[in-house]
Amino acid sequence: MTGLLAHDALLVAMVAVLFGAIIGTLGIRGHRADWVQIAFGAVYANFALVTVATLAMIYALVTHDFSVSYVAQVGSRETPLFYTVISLWGALEGSILFWAWVLGAYSAAVVWFNRKRSGNLVPWAAVTLMFVALFFGILLAGPANPFHAVFPVPPDGPGPNPLLQNHILMAVHPPLLYLGYVGMSVPFAFAMGAMLSGEVMSDDWIRITRPWLLVSWGFLSAAIIAGMWWSYEVLGWGGYWAWDPVENASFLPWLTATAFLHSAMVQERRGMLRLWNLNLMVGTFVLTILGTFLTRSGILSSVHAFTTGTIGYYFLVFIAIVLVVGLMMVAGNSDRLRTTGRFESAASRETVFLLNNLFLTAFMFTVLIGTLFPLVAEALRGLKVTVGEPFFDKMTMPFVVSLLFLVGVGPALPWGIATRQQLKAKLLPPIGAAVVMAAVALVSGARNVYAVLAFAFVGYSAFANVREYWIGMKARHAAHGEDWFTALRRLVGGNRRRYGGYVAHLGVLIVALGIAASQSFRSEREATLKPGETLTVSGHTARLKEVWGRQEPQRAVIGATMEVLDHGKVVATADPRMNFYPTQSAPVPTPQVISSISGDLYFNLMAFDQNGSHATVKLIVQPLVPWIWFGGGVVVLGAIIGVFPRRRRRTAPAAVRQPVPPVILPIPREGEA
Amino acid sequence: MNWKRAAIASLTAVPVIALFAWGFGKDPNNIPSPLPGRMAPDFSLPVFAPGQPPMALPVGDTVRLSQLRGQVVVLNFWASWCLSCRDEHRTLSAFARRYAGRPVHFLGVLYNDFPAPAISWIQEMGGQEYPSVNDANAHTAINYGLYGVPETYFIDGSGRVAFKQTGPVTDEILTREVDSLIAALPASAAPPAAAPAAKPGPTGATP
Repeated sequence: MTGLLAHDALLVAMVAVLFGAIIGTLGIRGHRADWVQIAFGAVYANFALVTVATLAMIYALVTHDFSVSYVAQVGSRETPLFYTVISLWGALEGSILFWAWVLGAYSAAVVWFNRKRSGNLVPWAAVTLMFVALFFGILLAGPANPFHAVFPVPPDGPGPNPLLQNHILMAVHPPLLYLGYVGMSVPFAFAMGAMLSGEVMSDDWIRITRPWLLVSWGFLSAAIIAGMWWSYEVLGWGGYWAWDPVENASFLPWLTATAFLHSAMVQERRGMLRLWNLNLMVGTFVLTILGTFLTRSGILSSVHAFTTGTIGYYFLVFIAIVLVVGLMMVAGNSDRLRTTGRFESAASRETVFLLNNLFLTAFMFTVLIGTLFPLVAEALRGLKVTVGEPFFDKMTMPFVVSLLFLVGVGPALPWGIATRQQLKAKLLPPIGAAVVMAAVALVSGARNVYAVLAFAFVGYSAFANVREYWIGMKARHAAHGEDWFTALRRLVGGNRRRYGGYVAHLGVLIVALGIAASQSFRSEREATLKPGETLTVSGHTARLKEVWGRQEPQRAVIGATMEVLDHGKVVATADPRMNFYPTQSAPVPTPQVISSISGDLYFNLMAFDQNGSHATVKLIVQPLVPWIWFGGGVVVLGAIIGVFPRRRRRTAPAAVRQPVPPVILPIPREGEA
Repeated sequence: MNWKRAAIASLTAVPVIALFAWGFGKDPNNIPSPLPGRMAPDFSLPVFAPGQPPMALPVGDTVRLSQLRGQVVVLNFWASWCLSCRDEHRTLSAFARRYAGRPVHFLGVLYNDFPAPAISWIQEMGGQEYPSVNDANAHTAINYGLYGVPETYFIDGSGRVAFKQTGPVTDEILTREVDSLIAALPASAAPPAAAPAAKPGPTGATP
């Protein structure tokens, strides 16, 4: 019953967006404002109907209504309530439903927040979003219908994939990823809206798009970090990134979106890069759909692949339409897009942004080529190849270190032309920090050139970004006698975009530091221990206390209790485990991580003896890994600071600028970051 | 809108889409085995499940692949924890019963499993016509480059791998491969009627 109603709601929603897209197009073309309003209504209606269907699915999951096909597929009476609810996105059909819901929510929000805006930009964006929603509506109506009636109703289901009920982060990573991925539809819709409405030269779409892009970008950043964390905590290989095709798929749009966040400023400030920015936004959206296609079609070998079906063909058609329409629109509008500004000097912020875009895009293409190469090789030569970490590590490191350096150079340079003194005053002092960091890396034993450079540039750029804060705070402190905290608060409040961006920079640098340290200084050992025996890895000693086993409702668990020793005293214990699920051929390992600010002790149970007399345990010492997760949080904080519109203050704006020598603090204008 | 430029730009999408269309529907995990055409790696493994007469072998006997030379061998890697093995079991067993007396030898190889659960699995599945040996250390599986279970190798009379099936076998595949391999056996090989007598018994199995 629930299933039937919910499916009807989805069908009506599909009709609503189809109708809305058509009447919206006709309304814009025929200058009928009332028709456009009806199209906006269709956006809201779609959101309400998909919400009903999503709630119905959650209800069916929680009440174990196995007459609904999706529940019969992923539900189980033994699964804890929490994992039952989040299995909403645990398999294909549910994830498409969730996708449609997020898209509906974004679309409704876009229309609501811009409902009073005149011009055709928003109506065209709404039409674009409805066409995207129509695609997911078609999927839900047919090939990915999660509400098929199952008869006879099975008494119980198999439960979700064991890997997905192992860790709390499974509740976090997928929704964040959807919020980031689906959110990229909004900037795409505005880019299309700008081209369709002929408002490409007004740069308005850039200003409207920015907060939406920043929200999606923040979610995507958080999702990537959460995915790394999940894989680190759950999969038991001691790593967090494997250049798996689907990891890459989440990273590709992040790179282009990051490029856009910077190049959009060049367009706003200098009237340049208009065509480029349109390309970036269309490209970002195409990359999100490509990522989804790769996950859902099974076209590439990946740990994330869902069971495949006919749905891949629908994605293929959709990706073809988006690619062709996107390319046609951008190329067809290209001669309307004139550059109104020009580069005045090589030493300026816009030059750095240009380089930043160049490196980010080259980075993106490198990863894209590596990801798709197995497919190309097989198509052209019939070869089965895999492209793994050595390729990606070697090819992307030059971009990574260059970008880390630019993170420090960009904020230091003014727009337009920088004088020699400015360059000296801004670019030289951080070198001290770079030298210190490089020395620390060398003394600690890093020998890889890129690793040492990464440490050095992290030091350089962190210094440069913090220094921007320091300069601003010092100026306020001197001018207004504000205490340091007030000075910081007002400084950030006065230009959230700018200082939010610097916070995000620091977050990225912290992530980079964590990755560089854990990659360079990782050490590991594997040993077969009897109870009471110890294992030592780079100064850390752990003792096997016992090997134990227990039966849980849905699985059997074998664990080894390890005691971490410090001068003979037990300071912590870890229980790396192996979980045996009846439906799985191989055991699912659960490593255990003991974290501290200086790094992780990563325990993994490799093998055990049936009678408990010994166990083989691997201990990996990974310095600074928690910094990666913390840095991810800082990136998100930066996005949160940057996304809020600038607050108007009675006293602040004029006062900020006066006492500061213009040489040091480029005068912030409205909209600068 | 510059339609000419738009049309040219849209053409650049064609190779990308063609690539996806081509790659779609192909299984990236289906890696062709280099084994077909080469000699099947030899092994000697202990029987743990005897099978039904006339194919039965005593438990504990050792089967050596090279001693089955001259006949077609169907080698089926399986495990009691493997779900697809359940799907193909009935087909395989029925096919073996139908071909009893022909110059073809069926052998199950237990992979990554223990004899006890495997024997109760066989009982649960209603018996197995042919004997199974235990590949306790998975050395044989490694020699054959086993990707997963089930996998089935068809070995011709000269001891070469003729065909490898990844995943469950079907009656069509079995019929096609076994018939063509039997037909390719040299004329001196035992004619169907004389098959049981001519069967080169595994070590210790000859009365």
